[in-house]
Amino acid sequence: MRLGSSHWRQDRPWFLAVLAIAALACAPVAAIAFLALGAEAGVWSHLATTVLPAALADTVMLLSGVAVLAGSIGVVTAWLVAAHDFPGRRLFEGALLLPLAMPAYIVAYTYVDLTEYFGPVQSVLRFAFGFRSRQDYWFPDLRSMPGAICLLGLVLYPYVYLTARAMFMMQSSCVIDAARTLGAGPRAAFFQIALPLARPAIAVGVALALMEAMNDIGAVEYLGVRTLTVSIYTTWLNRGSLGGAAQIALLTLAVIIGLIVLERWARRNQRYASQAQRQRRMTRLRLTGGGASLAVLACAVPFALGFAVPALRLAVLATRATLAEGLPDGFALALSHSVILAAIAATLAVAFGLTIAWSLRVTRTPGLHGLARLAGLGYAIPGTIFAVGMLTPLAAVDNAANALAKAWFGFAPGLILSGSGFALVLAYSVRYLSVAAGSIEAGFQKISPHLDMAARNLGRTSLQTVREIHVPLIRPALGTAALLVFVDVMKELSATLLLRPFDYDTLATLLYQQAARGLFENGALAALTIVAAGLGPVLLLAHLSRPADMPSLSRASAGAML
Amino acid sequence: MLKRLVALVAGAGLGLAASAAQAQEVNVYTYREPALIKPLLDKFTAQTGVNVNTLFAADGLEERIATEGAGSPADLLISVDVARLTRGVELGIAQRFDDPVLDKAVPAAFRDPEGFWYGLSSRARVVYASKERVKQTTIRYEDLADPAWKGRICIRSGQHPYNLGLFGAMIAKLGPEKATAWLTGLKANLARRPSGADRDVAKDIAAGLCDIGVGNTYYVGLMQQDPVQKEWAAAINVIMPTFGDSGGTQINISGMILARNAPNRDSAIKLAEWLVSDEAQRLYAEVNFEYPVKPGIPLAPAVAAFGTVKPDTLPLTEIARTRKAASEMVDQVGFDN
Repeated sequence: MRLGSSHWRQDRPWFLAVLAIAALACAPVAAIAFLALGAEAGVWSHLATTVLPAALADTVMLLSGVAVLAGSIGVVTAWLVAAHDFPGRRLFEGALLLPLAMPAYIVAYTYVDLTEYFGPVQSVLRFAFGFRSRQDYWFPDLRSMPGAICLLGLVLYPYVYLTARAMFMMQSSCVIDAARTLGAGPRAAFFQIALPLARPAIAVGVALALMEAMNDIGAVEYLGVRTLTVSIYTTWLNRGSLGGAAQIALLTLAVIIGLIVLERWARRNQRYASQAQRQRRMTRLRLTGGGASLAVLACAVPFALGFAVPALRLAVLATRATLAEGLPDGFALALSHSVILAAIAATLAVAFGLTIAWSLRVTRTPGLHGLARLAGLGYAIPGTIFAVGMLTPLAAVDNAANALAKAWFGFAPGLILSGSGFALVLAYSVRYLSVAAGSIEAGFQKISPHLDMAARNLGRTSLQTVREIHVPLIRPALGTAALLVFVDVMKELSATLLLRPFDYDTLATLLYQQAARGLFENGALAALTIVAAGLGPVLLLAHLSRPADMPSLSRASAGAML
Repeated sequence: MLKRLVALVAGAGLGLAASAAQAQEVNVYTYREPALIKPLLDKFTAQTGVNVNTLFAADGLEERIATEGAGSPADLLISVDVARLTRGVELGIAQRFDDPVLDKAVPAAFRDPEGFWYGLSSRARVVYASKERVKQTTIRYEDLADPAWKGRICIRSGQHPYNLGLFGAMIAKLGPEKATAWLTGLKANLARRPSGADRDVAKDIAAGLCDIGVGNTYYVGLMQQDPVQKEWAAAINVIMPTFGDSGGTQINISGMILARNAPNRDSAIKLAEWLVSDEAQRLYAEVNFEYPVKPGIPLAPAVAAFGTVKPDTLPLTEIARTRKAASEMVDQVGFDN
């Protein structure tokens, strides 16, 4: 839909708003690119000969492992709950999302705590078999590459599950039933029809999971895996080269972009029919006997390992620590900070995402589209580097304002943007913009352009059209976007540590301080609360993402986000 | 709604900025965990009435101060590891303290000859040895590369500043080639891939995974206080290693720099002087199990039990100077792989 030039004047403020948001979102990445330009020569000769081959290999192995594990868990469970009926299916539908509330670093700490020599698992083993020392038996060490792949895969699979399930539920009504009618067995229906059709959606989920795996430093470093992200930190902190670190950060972006391009190239010859306008609930295949047991097992294991086990362990540790020492200092305040920041950031990210999605709908400026995608990639950059990239433009604005104020009024107000909660809120809403924008764009694509035209013909302005037509129709998509951002902000640690004001803690920073001192047990309550606070939104998300209401992330968002 | 929200956030920001501009306070950026320095800062506030605002982070505080530039509220930066202090100086975010009280309290070995940074406490990089399986009571750092220890040593990541301090000292003493050979030998002796932290070394020794390991002194005191970790501490002895037969034990410091644009310079100096007072130095010893930099302050009993530490004479600036080379050497040897 192309708006006539008479509408241009009316739409110009929106267009400018999008430009401003895109500029804002691109600022940290641009600042990092600028830092990369300033790297001294010689950084790369060392990196290329010693670090990069190993780091690149580790990164590729970690990402492939996570892609395979998170991808297969996500797809299989999504297919099971979407296309089958078995005992507990409705329960699993929501429960399978819960690992989303688990920050990867918390899961890493918890599992190492559980499975280490003095932890309950090995203690029981020793007691049961009469072993006397670690030399007497073999036990897998989680602080390893396989350990990292398993733990990250277990908490990141819900991104794939969420996107794949929405897709399976939409497509199935017509195609799958048709395939079944034509005599395709359940296996053929899945591998030849459902899976290829869901591929763009699965790619979106896997891409989100990989970006998270890529930017992770806490879990990966703790588990002793040397990814490119770890090289970023050593280059920056141990070799004093922020510029070199910025260059590696850009390289990680290139890896992510490469993966996305590769996936798109692999399916270049495939076309995906537009979705059915009217959705009919698909006939779920009823599983009985062994099939049903297998399905229950396939859903129960990821839920148990990705959520129930670590959550229970945290609950035990938290209870023990709280009974012994009471609530940690500043706990209530940190909780309120986390919730308030997450709520404001979610609102802001949705507002930004809505503006972008709406503007993409009406203006179709290709450059703008590309710019928005580019800004979203900041998600793959490690949090601390992202925070430095965020500080640079904010502090520049602050200092310019101070210089002006001093010249005009003889008074400098101090750092208003970079020294306050504003920096945090802005960083969150920009970092998670791609998450929000993706869901909202998907929502928009379900609204027929005829509605817009009708509204405009009836004399509504563009703003009124959004408010009276679009927003009510895509409310579930807005909700999904807000909840995803909310949960992500609750979990965020590295950018928060560096950007926060004086004496200001969130649950994540409170936990980190305990864990950094080796007192993970005392941080367990904060960890559990992060998980609990994420729980509500995730359950709501499970409700919102039922296609009866509105599929949140779907094939449409696949197109939009990639 | 968006406008109202932005106004709200900006308003909150203004409020925060305004509250940070009051008199009689000092702003501390710190890499030391709040729980470690809070008892010190609380005492300072109680005695002087000067309020201390703290910002704790894991990395990047120098960059934050640098980008904040002229408007930066930072007064003091407190950090562990001498190389981090000198990096702040190199980034141009520090100014000289120019304070005779500090010069008098802190021995020359624990402060910058140029006067930009001062040590507040020190710690030794020592060997944890299994009480059960290791009988010797002396060891040289060079011995860690001796094949007699094959498959028996645990250590954290080679890229951690504590290890880089030790490896850098090796480079300064032996030269890059011999240091590389030493690190290669150490790598060959490891029982497991470097990971975890110093406490995990003690834990792995207690678990029988390795016989000796490398760790900092104060962790032993901290572990003894923890109901779970005291079992790990009980399994090890602390051996004070030496460089060669005549050298001393490798020492690193926690310390401070004064921010170049410190808005509360006077209060910051007051706090700096207080941190090297007898009372504060005693807290460093008792609460954190560190070695005070000020001579004559008694050690915590747990630390005194390790025996006398004979600090190596290599200047701390050498540890900072060799940092980059040490980090590159770790990559070259593939120490963490």
